[in-house]
Amino acid sequence: MNLLTIAWKSLRQRALASSLTALSISLGIMLMVAVLIINGLVTEAFRQNGTGFGLVVGGRGSGDMNLVLNAVYRIGMPGEPLPWRYYDELRNHPYVESAVPMAMGDLTQEGQFPIVATTPEYFSLGYAPGKKFTLKKGGRLLGKYFSAVIGSRVASQNGWDVGSTFQLSHGGMDDHVHTERYEVVGVLGRTGTANDKTVFVDMEAFFMLAGHEKPPQEAIDRLREFGYEVTPQEEAVIKKAAAEMNHEGEEHGDEPHFHAVPNDLKEVSFILVNTKDIMGLPFLAAQINEGVKAQAVNPVPVMRRLLDNVVGNVRTLLLCLTALIVVVAGVGIFVSIYNSMSDRRKEIAIMRALGAHRGTVFSIILGESLLLCLGGGVLGLLFGHGLVFVAAPFIESEAGLILNPWLFEPAELILFPVLMVMATLVGFLPGMTAYRTDVAESLTD
Amino acid sequence: MSLSIRALRKSYVEPGGRTINILNVESFDMASAEQVVLVGSSGGGKTTLLNTISGITTADSGSVVIDGTDVTTLPEAGRDRFRALKIGFVFQTFNLLPAFSALENVLLGMSFSGQKADHAHARELLKRVGLEHRLNHRPSELSVGEQQRVAVARGLANRPSLLLADEPTASVDTANQDNVLSLIREACTENKVSLLMVTHSPEVASKFDRVEKLSDFNKPEVAA
Repeated sequence: MNLLTIAWKSLRQRALASSLTALSISLGIMLMVAVLIINGLVTEAFRQNGTGFGLVVGGRGSGDMNLVLNAVYRIGMPGEPLPWRYYDELRNHPYVESAVPMAMGDLTQEGQFPIVATTPEYFSLGYAPGKKFTLKKGGRLLGKYFSAVIGSRVASQNGWDVGSTFQLSHGGMDDHVHTERYEVVGVLGRTGTANDKTVFVDMEAFFMLAGHEKPPQEAIDRLREFGYEVTPQEEAVIKKAAAEMNHEGEEHGDEPHFHAVPNDLKEVSFILVNTKDIMGLPFLAAQINEGVKAQAVNPVPVMRRLLDNVVGNVRTLLLCLTALIVVVAGVGIFVSIYNSMSDRRKEIAIMRALGAHRGTVFSIILGESLLLCLGGGVLGLLFGHGLVFVAAPFIESEAGLILNPWLFEPAELILFPVLMVMATLVGFLPGMTAYRTDVAESLTD
Repeated sequence: MSLSIRALRKSYVEPGGRTINILNVESFDMASAEQVVLVGSSGGGKTTLLNTISGITTADSGSVVIDGTDVTTLPEAGRDRFRALKIGFVFQTFNLLPAFSALENVLLGMSFSGQKADHAHARELLKRVGLEHRLNHRPSELSVGEQQRVAVARGLANRPSLLLADEPTASVDTANQDNVLSLIREACTENKVSLLMVTHSPEVASKFDRVEKLSDFNKPEVAA
């Protein structure tokens, strides 16, 4: 019989106390595993989004963090918009391979999901390196006015599918609801990113909604702020087009109809840019940032900063708390084994009388501690993944995070060496008690 | 196995500060495969003698030579190993480990010698003591007599040269006393194991050819 078998049988003898002790460890490990899995997922989510494009270009003054929060995480309201003429200029830049315009600000009336107006080109960027958007069967990408492609969470939470219709409302304090109804033409597959909770609508139709086009004079002023020359002839054309859109001086009629919006009346919240060559990214960013019109942000360092400063701190806090729980459980193991030692003096003395060395009985007690810690650890690992399995639907509906309960975080592997060290520490003192047991005296007890 | 004790001294200090020389044996010998019973009153040093022979307790002076090895000169680890390989124990209160089955208790007797546990031998021993049908029963599921038989099997598990039995019949009823005693003696004879048994029962002692009164060769004294 090897020492671990002897240790196991001794634990089995005190089945209730041993089970409760292992359970206390397993609960600590369960929490730690759950935190690690959720943390891994959040980290992945924060990392993943920024990699479908190289730069986010937005109005100067928005701040790089705000720009990334808007563009990548669809959080908050966008800052100063960019004129369409700037977008045209950027997409024709020799370094640029693709430039996808995006306009934000509206929300779905139901569920308050952010609306992002864009072009179908957005979906060709992919949501992560090598990861392409997928469409649920029967769906298609944007292609006609007032069509929408929705993220998976929007679909599940609002109960929408291809053919569903909905209305848009203004974000912020204004609770105006647009009368136009959008029709869902496609439902995206799950990505585990902010795209899941986004509604994508066609850029052209977005500007046809009342109030989405820039008033002509403001648009002209904004163009001039950006340093574009607006000739009196161009100014007249802009104003005439705006007047035609609004049917100034003529009968509007009852039939619903829409007018194409002149480009100079359009603005975009930001532009997602990929360069032809990766080396072009810093040059392009430097060029954009030299001017006063816009700012270009590489999302990756900003996201990393966000991850480290915000998510990282929360993660550290949670890990510290769960580590404390594990340590408390470790103290529980120590107390449990140490308390049992006085009842086991005779048992140890018998083993010594049968020829066991002091080191052997020390090892048996250490083995018990190891078995409790590692057994509790394995149990905690299963409980942790079980907890994620049970909590996944709730977390997905509340936080939009798609949890894979069977995802194994590499950090979980560290738990076992840590548990072994802890087992050694908590088993040391009881082991020493066994080591020092007076055999002759204990045999006569 | 031969046992030879010479000028063995062991003392301890009482709580009051008095030093008692509990063992003061000038000479004691046993031949190979001999069966000897030691008779003595309580507190006469019987258990201390057994503990000193087995190396559980260290002697203050003197020698205990078993098969040419002086146990008193061995370091503690050496005494543990010697005990694991050469000496079997049967205790008054059986001292079976409650967490282990009958078979496992016997296997435990082999576990500390550094040799591979011999399951077949353990089963054979339990069969010999009539417990082949109780192999997987824990001590709490066995009668007192059965427990003592397991203890006998465990005492012989490591194929010892010397079996030390400390009042092995004291905890069993009269009806079982003879059975246990016969079993120990027969098992020792079959396995050519020397037996040194201590008892305070004249009835048990009367079954042995060689009966030694501890007081005849051990002269405890108050040192100071």
